[in-house]
Amino acid sequence: MDFMVLVQVLESTMRLATPLLFACLAGLISERAGVFDIGLEGKMLVAAFMAASIAFVSGNVWIGVAAAVGVSVAMSLMHGLASITFRGNQLISGVAINFLAAGITVVIAQNWFRQGGRTPSLSGDARMARIDLPFAEALRDVPVIGPIYHGILSGHALLVYVALLCVPLTWFMLFRTRFGLRLRAVGENPAAVDTAGVSVVGLRYGAVAICGVLCGLAGAYLSTGLSAGFVKDMTAGRGFIALAAMIFAKWRPWHAMGAVFLFGLLEAVANRFQNIDILGVNLPVQAMQALPYILTVVILAGFVGKAIPPRAGGAAYVKEH
Amino acid sequence: MSRGRIPHWADVTLVPLASVFLAFVISGILIWAIGESPWAAMKLMVEGAFGSSYGWGYTLFYATNFIFTGLAVAVAFQARLFNIGGEGQALLGGLGVALVCLYIPWPHWSLALIAASLGAAVFGAGWALIPGYLQAKRGSHIVITTIMFNFIAASLLGYFLVNVLRPQGAQDPSSPRFPSETALPKLHEILGVFGIPFSTVPPVNISLLIAVGMCFAVWFMLWRTRLGFQIRAFGESEPAAEYAGISPVRITVYVMLISGALAGLMAVNSVMGEQQRLVLNAVEGAGFIGIAVALMGRNHPFGVFLAAILFGFLYQGGAELALWTGIPRELIVVIQALVILFTGALDNMVRIPIARIFAMRGAR
Amino acid sequence: MITAWTASARRSDPRMTQAQTQAMRQDTAASNAFAIELRGISKAFGPVQANKDISIRVRRGTIHGIVGENGAGKSTLMSILYGFYRADSGEILINGQQTDIPDSLSAIRAGVGMVFQHFKLVENFTVLENVILGAEAGAMLRPSLAKARGLLKDLAREFELNVDPDALIENLSVGHQQRVEILKALYREADILILDEPTGVLTPSEADHLFRILRGLKEQGKTIILITHKLREIMDVTDEVSVMRRGEMVATRTTSETSPTELAELMVGRKVLLRVEKTPAMPGPEVLRVEGLRLVDAQGVERLRSIGFALRAGEIVGIAGVAGNGQSELLEVLAGLRPAEGQAWMKGAPLPLSGPDCDAQARRARRIAHVPEDRHRRGLVLNFHAWENTALGYHNDDAYNPSPWKMDNAAIIRDTQAKMAAFDVRPPDPQLKASGFSGGNQQKIVLAREIEHTPEVLLVGQPTRGVDIGAIEFIHQRLITLRDAGAAILLVSVELDEILSLSDRIIVMFDGRIMGERAPDQTNAQELGLMMAGMA
Repeated sequence: MDFMVLVQVLESTMRLATPLLFACLAGLISERAGVFDIGLEGKMLVAAFMAASIAFVSGNVWIGVAAAVGVSVAMSLMHGLASITFRGNQLISGVAINFLAAGITVVIAQNWFRQGGRTPSLSGDARMARIDLPFAEALRDVPVIGPIYHGILSGHALLVYVALLCVPLTWFMLFRTRFGLRLRAVGENPAAVDTAGVSVVGLRYGAVAICGVLCGLAGAYLSTGLSAGFVKDMTAGRGFIALAAMIFAKWRPWHAMGAVFLFGLLEAVANRFQNIDILGVNLPVQAMQALPYILTVVILAGFVGKAIPPRAGGAAYVKEH
Repeated sequence: MSRGRIPHWADVTLVPLASVFLAFVISGILIWAIGESPWAAMKLMVEGAFGSSYGWGYTLFYATNFIFTGLAVAVAFQARLFNIGGEGQALLGGLGVALVCLYIPWPHWSLALIAASLGAAVFGAGWALIPGYLQAKRGSHIVITTIMFNFIAASLLGYFLVNVLRPQGAQDPSSPRFPSETALPKLHEILGVFGIPFSTVPPVNISLLIAVGMCFAVWFMLWRTRLGFQIRAFGESEPAAEYAGISPVRITVYVMLISGALAGLMAVNSVMGEQQRLVLNAVEGAGFIGIAVALMGRNHPFGVFLAAILFGFLYQGGAELALWTGIPRELIVVIQALVILFTGALDNMVRIPIARIFAMRGAR
Repeated sequence: MITAWTASARRSDPRMTQAQTQAMRQDTAASNAFAIELRGISKAFGPVQANKDISIRVRRGTIHGIVGENGAGKSTLMSILYGFYRADSGEILINGQQTDIPDSLSAIRAGVGMVFQHFKLVENFTVLENVILGAEAGAMLRPSLAKARGLLKDLAREFELNVDPDALIENLSVGHQQRVEILKALYREADILILDEPTGVLTPSEADHLFRILRGLKEQGKTIILITHKLREIMDVTDEVSVMRRGEMVATRTTSETSPTELAELMVGRKVLLRVEKTPAMPGPEVLRVEGLRLVDAQGVERLRSIGFALRAGEIVGIAGVAGNGQSELLEVLAGLRPAEGQAWMKGAPLPLSGPDCDAQARRARRIAHVPEDRHRRGLVLNFHAWENTALGYHNDDAYNPSPWKMDNAAIIRDTQAKMAAFDVRPPDPQLKASGFSGGNQQKIVLAREIEHTPEVLLVGQPTRGVDIGAIEFIHQRLITLRDAGAAILLVSVELDEILSLSDRIIVMFDGRIMGERAPDQTNAQELGLMMAGMA
């Protein structure tokens, strides 16, 4: 593998990791508050569709992004209604959301655009513009730094940088603010929050809504940044990879960034090469695709440091003394 | 929010029926919103699915798949385990069927059917065993591990189809056709023995009878055997099961083996009964539909049977709809999602008003 | 000392201006001698009337005890006062002012703090984080934490409430966790502190420390409500005491003018003389022997320390002790539900205490039966029919399994009918779900199942908890009958009277150890009480 190939693969990793990062942080915040969310995939998918269609119709990608966030938050609140208000099974609710998204995006896409469940290709202002970081051109030809700065870091859509910024923001919110303290408490022991006079329901809805916003950004980037339009089932399991990354990172924001870059790198490598020789062993592309899931199972099994989810996760809060 | 007391019969009939009704109403609104007539759509679906023996044949073919995957989810639910991995287990079941059919020469379909069923069940069960074992021994959340195993199964199958089973020079990632000796008798042949005419087109085959047999077998297992007693006791209360000397590890592993085997058996119908070769998307989401079927059927084999017929109708009706109107097949996925939502996650929303009605009647 | 407190009292509640808080509390303080007055409080949970028309007045600056048996409605009443539940009717006056308390926040604002029996702490948070949770000084944590740290130091000095502010809750002892709960309330400027069964989980020295803290708080003018069912504590520490019985408030007394006997009578309602007709035991050969039994739980705490004793055929050995001193663990170990270290023999043959052959099935095969302490959690599957519960644990019996692949449900149902008749279970309907029976009848279903298999050893935990009087007598009689038939019975109960009246020998446990053994006719409640407190 020569150096330029490496730069290209890493550049592609940046782009592929972005929707994963948004979705992973979304899941992290929701689960830290005690609401399991396996519906990340569905929310991303609906958001991707909304972003592409509204961007196409309006010709402005940011209107599309706003619409994507709106519809994703609406889906999140539906999950909240089922799992917080009606104390239903959070996992089943997540499954339902995934199917709802898979079905409704195609039905509506077909009705609006009649292109077999896809949106028309986006171009111009309907797509996310690439942003050149300062001095990228100037540094271009500097050895080592040039390719890294110009070739890998610069030239992405705004949301790529927003996603990166979300990592310290999430960390700060969780561990340095009142809201974060309460949010983590409600995921560990909601009774402690309730007896302290803070609304368990309110906090959980708050977390679920933030989760919706982040999933909306993930989906919007997918269809207007990474691709130029929506196609049926375009999330292709990214919601679950994000979930895997969240477990892999043991619900910690900085580790989450590490996990999504690892998984993004695997995807980028799998996209570029059909087979890879590592130390004489031929690794088929399918192994690369399965690796994130296998790693997550290994982590879940506790063979390499046990992943312990928030203690009150997955259960609705019922008062008792 | 009190759960409210509802008579048992109402809980198993009214609650799912009300949920399906809600799902249909919302879907109707969706059809209307995209400019079609919900009434005409419904009529088209019913006619397409039940109006001819051709329609019935497809309805029953789909229902056969859903019975297997629905039973798989239902058995696991009886032990309070959410096996979301039916999709992956069915994929592996397909691999088992393909290996049996391709690599062993069979003189007659009946022998091939027995061996392929075993292959499907063993491969499916094996794929469920690992998450089951990890849940039982290491406490790894089975929902997450089975989801992961669905994706790993897809990759594994992709590898087998591309690198091992694909005939030389073929473009598609699929296995060669199975030998004709392994073709299963279709329903029209079976009915023909009794002189009943039936359409020859639909792929519904003898697996339907296996599926119905499995409904009885699962019912018997759950309510007439020691194993079933232990599974249900474990599902209702783990501390009480432990007190009774029922090993949580053993029951979890057994249940997942049974569940995985049932999901794997689906491949006999789809891979051996219809496609006669193994393709990448052999399962086509039936593993997930099993979740809706089990929830709708209240985890009872008889309920699963009825719910599977309902979903068979939706799939066949939906195909007709897509053929004759501008409504895509994915509408069925929406209905399926709504059924899961109302029967599984929002069931309290449906149950509370019903409980109120009963409370009012009781007060009188 | 006083200055330190007033300084802290001037801190502003984050949600209320300082002036408001001060004004509210001062107006009323002058005009009324009662910190709390409840008038006609009623609360029902479905068909169960937990509180019936309760009225009570608590004087400011006193420690007021509320006593009553389990299920008398004490905790419900206090949860209403703390806004955890809403009363169906009645009114609450705080410092003479009618106050609506729809939620915990309102209670906190009204100056009420509560220490629940089961602590409401976030286990993997630090002490400081738990203290500020919900009462942070601002949107950012750092200043809140710094402020709380300073205040905690003052409180610790003043009230002997020393806790490391940076320790994680999960690493603290129960006594220290309780201090954190008290600190939480004080941090929120509570003037009225409610403690629900605070000593149930404490060692005697921890309890004494707690009482010193409470007296100190009283001196500072705080009002304290102490809920307990331990009369010794009431006599030691309270100024006034109210007695609750079956959801009603039956009396209020000045502590110095009453006696434990009077309070006990008020609690129970009538003089229940737990005297069971029985002949002296005729112990036969040794059946079960245990030596060097040791249990360490998942948190690394030693729950059982070198336990050794023997059970003989035809005797009842009672294990007395305050809840949480290892009795429950001992039962579970002997029943095969928890692996432990040590050795045991059943009729001379080794009985494994860990490993693959140590489970409840293996114990039943060795004719050791178990009536668990918690019938709802362990003894019954509430959603199963009565007949299914009869097979629970005996589902592998030949009588229920005529063939290896089919269970004979009809045979189980017939057997259930016979057992229900023998134990007078009402209604005698094998098809009714276990949840549909009353507590006493549920317990009879469990006892019938275990006793009718004629075990050689019966392990019984809290046989009459939550059981009505009539059923209690029946159950006691059955245990005696089983003893006279030659079974060895190990009885664990927190009811000392039950232990005294049923046992042929009494073993007292404290802190996972056996403190000693007594014959019931050569001891009394006082001596046993001292042993149970680890003082003899």
